[in-house]
Amino acid sequence: MASLGKVLCGTFFTNTSLRVLRRYPMCASKRYLSQSKIVNNLNLQTCRVPVTVMRHYSVKPPMTIEQIKKRVLLVLQLYDKVNPDKLSLESHFINDLGLDSLDHVEVIMAIEDEFGFEIPDEDAEKLHKPKDIVQYVCDREDIYD
Amino acid sequence: MKKRVVITGMGVVCPAGANKHTSWKNILLGKSFVRKLDSDLYKNVPSKIAATLDGLEDLPGTVPKSKVRTMAPSTRLALIAAQEAVDDSKIFLSTVDKENIGVSVGVGMVDLEDVCQTAKALEISYSKVSPYFVPRILLNMAAGQISMAYGIQGPNHAVSTACATGAHAIGDGFRFIQYGQAKAMICGAAESCISPLSIASFCRIRALSTQNDKPELASRPFDVNRDGFVIGEGSAMIILEELEHAINRNAHIYAEVLGYGLSGDASHLTAPPENGQGALLAMTRAILDAKIDKKEITYVNAHATSTPVGDAIELTAIKRLFDEHCNNVHVSSTKGSHGHLLGSAGNLESIFTILACHEGIIPPTANLTNICKEAKNLICVSKGPIEWKQEKRIAIKNAFGFGGTNASLCFSNFIL
Repeated sequence: MASLGKVLCGTFFTNTSLRVLRRYPMCASKRYLSQSKIVNNLNLQTCRVPVTVMRHYSVKPPMTIEQIKKRVLLVLQLYDKVNPDKLSLESHFINDLGLDSLDHVEVIMAIEDEFGFEIPDEDAEKLHKPKDIVQYVCDREDIYD
Repeated sequence: MKKRVVITGMGVVCPAGANKHTSWKNILLGKSFVRKLDSDLYKNVPSKIAATLDGLEDLPGTVPKSKVRTMAPSTRLALIAAQEAVDDSKIFLSTVDKENIGVSVGVGMVDLEDVCQTAKALEISYSKVSPYFVPRILLNMAAGQISMAYGIQGPNHAVSTACATGAHAIGDGFRFIQYGQAKAMICGAAESCISPLSIASFCRIRALSTQNDKPELASRPFDVNRDGFVIGEGSAMIILEELEHAINRNAHIYAEVLGYGLSGDASHLTAPPENGQGALLAMTRAILDAKIDKKEITYVNAHATSTPVGDAIELTAIKRLFDEHCNNVHVSSTKGSHGHLLGSAGNLESIFTILACHEGIIPPTANLTNICKEAKNLICVSKGPIEWKQEKRIAIKNAFGFGGTNASLCFSNFIL
């Protein structure tokens, strides 16, 4: 969860090139991994990274429904056209939050960035409420309660 | 019966100033606002100067942050200028029929940076393409956004004729009112396309000045040492109104639009024909449309962008038009101060022409020290502004664009 704050920092929606880096919450650790590999190649004799450390960073932390709910709501709160006071899991993007169809596409893009996978257009069209997104992410990540 | 059309409001955001008052004051002083482009991105292009804007965040009417990414930078400038023009005219303070008020606002160039960035985003993934990309790159979106901002449902028109965009937008708006299709129109254009790519592309057609050492002297229309134009950015809007409509609501009237003339060069992609026939036709048609005698015209606010070829040909056309009346005709171009705003040049300079008619002061051409020989017999206004104290002050404003498109507007001070 530590990476979450980074993922959602101020310039979230403004720069596409930065967003690439933020696509996977674990990307900071991945970069660390690749860097250490390079170091390893250069100084084969002297520098060895313990295997246990690498295993630790390569695993995705298990998610729970509660965590997913929190992350979805946090992404939405930080979307500048959403009024955080009106936001709940049950609020309809267009009818309750006053977003238009273009904003909805941006919301879906933000969710894709947060969870690191793409949502096809035909699925995205059915996600009208934060609740729907949470369910979609759970289905995708095989999380059942 | 054609209706009479008057100007009741104006708004400006340009390198010379962020509002009408400041920019007019600076234009009269003949200051230059061309700056060096410091960024490393420009190190490989021959021209490293431009007339840029800054400090937009503090302006009244600035677009909220959440909306900025839904519109092109030029649209943002258009909204700021439109707000000033609307406030200036006080048009929405009286009861007006919003279905009869329209918009005629053009944009010259699409935001190239945005197109490039989106193309790169698509290379990564389809889902990285912003849903606001199309609304950002369509050239009529400035007109659309203005109509939404004020809820006005009259004609919504956008024209894009390169550097003549602004003049065509005003002319078309003028026609709509003349023929009763609208009671008032918000007219103008906006441009914001200073980027390494656009500067490089204009350099490739040898259009830009490369006097990088002295940016403030680079834009110098009619001067012997001119070597190309300096790119600028900004927006300017005017409120055109049917005379009766303006009088009924007791509006302040700056000036009257008398005529509008258009023509095509049918000659070359970027250069006008040597005899200036296209420019001559546009001016002649504007005068015919205005139903005045050409001897009544004593000021021409030239298109003159500071290119060696363009300025000379325009002067030739002006001399052919006025013939022996030349000795009474003042010519100046304010591009020496604010550079060439491309699509937004014709409308911005129309505002300075309107203010010249209104206040009886002709603005000077900045940086004009050695007047070129083509200007012989004409009165080129250099150094400082000069008084223009006749009762009826009639001026011509020219704007010409690549592709050989020409527009001329005829303005006069308002006399009932």
